[in-house]
Amino acid sequence: MDIYTNEGKKEIIKKFTPKTKVLKNTLLAFIFGGLISLGAELLREAYIYFGMSEKDALTLVGVTLILLASLLTALGLFDRIARYAGAGTLVPITGFSNSVTSQALDAKSEGLILGVGAKIFTVAGPVILYGIASGVLYGIIYFIYLYIIR
Amino acid sequence: MSEYTHLLLAFVAGGFLSVIAQLLIDLTNLTPARILVAYVCSGVLIYGVGAYDPLFEIFGAGVSTPLIGFGASIGRGVREAVEKEGLLGAFSGGLSATATGITVALVSGLVFSLFTKGKAKRL
Repeated sequence: MDIYTNEGKKEIIKKFTPKTKVLKNTLLAFIFGGLISLGAELLREAYIYFGMSEKDALTLVGVTLILLASLLTALGLFDRIARYAGAGTLVPITGFSNSVTSQALDAKSEGLILGVGAKIFTVAGPVILYGIASGVLYGIIYFIYLYIIR
Repeated sequence: MSEYTHLLLAFVAGGFLSVIAQLLIDLTNLTPARILVAYVCSGVLIYGVGAYDPLFEIFGAGVSTPLIGFGASIGRGVREAVEKEGLLGAFSGGLSATATGITVALVSGLVFSLFTKGKAKRL
C-alpha cells in the first residue's frame, strides 16, 4: 500500500478511520451507559434502604436522573459529556431530559409560547406520542385477551 | 451471588443497551430521536410479552434506566389500569404511570430556560 498516492491514502483512511471510531464510540457508550445505570441502581437501593417502597424508589431515581441531566444541560456540561458518551447518555432517561431542556433553552429567543412552549416537545413529543400510542394498542389487545378471550 | 453482582449486572445491561443505540447511530441513518422512539416502543412491547419483569429482577436499574424502562412503565400502567377499569384503562394507564417523569422533565426544562441563557442544541 502506497501512502503517497490518492488510492493508497483512501485505502488507509478506509482501513483505519471508521472502524476505530465505531469501536471507540461503542466502548465509550458502554462505559457511560453502564455507569449511569450503575449509579441508578445504587440510588434505587439507597432510597429503598431509607424506607421507600420499591415503586416510589424507582420513580424517584427517574426524577433524580431527570433533574440532574436537566441541570447539567442548563450549565452546558451535558453536551461536553455527551460528546464522548454518545448513546451512553442518550439511551438512559438522561437523554430524554437533555432533549427537553436543550430544546427549551434554544427556543428561548423565539418566545415563551411558540418558542419554548412548542419546541420543548421537539424530541419529547415523538417519544411520548409513540410510547403512549403503543401503550393504547397494548391496552386494547390486553383488554380483548382479559375480558373476551378468557 | 456476591454482594456486588447486581451492580455489575446493572452496569452490563445499561452499557449493552447503550451500545446497541451507538451502533445504530454509527452504522445506520437512524437519528437519536428515532432511537429514543424505538426504545420506548420496544419497552412497551417487551413489557407486553411479559419479558420485562424477569429482566428487571436480574438487571435492576440496568433495564429501568434506559428508555426501555420508560416504555415498560407505560406498559405496566396500561395493564394495571385495564385490569381495574376495563377498556378505558387502555387510554389512561400510560400517561398516569409516566406523569411524574414527564412533568418533572418539562417543568425543569421550562424553569432552566427561564433562568439561563441558551446553549447549543444536541438532538
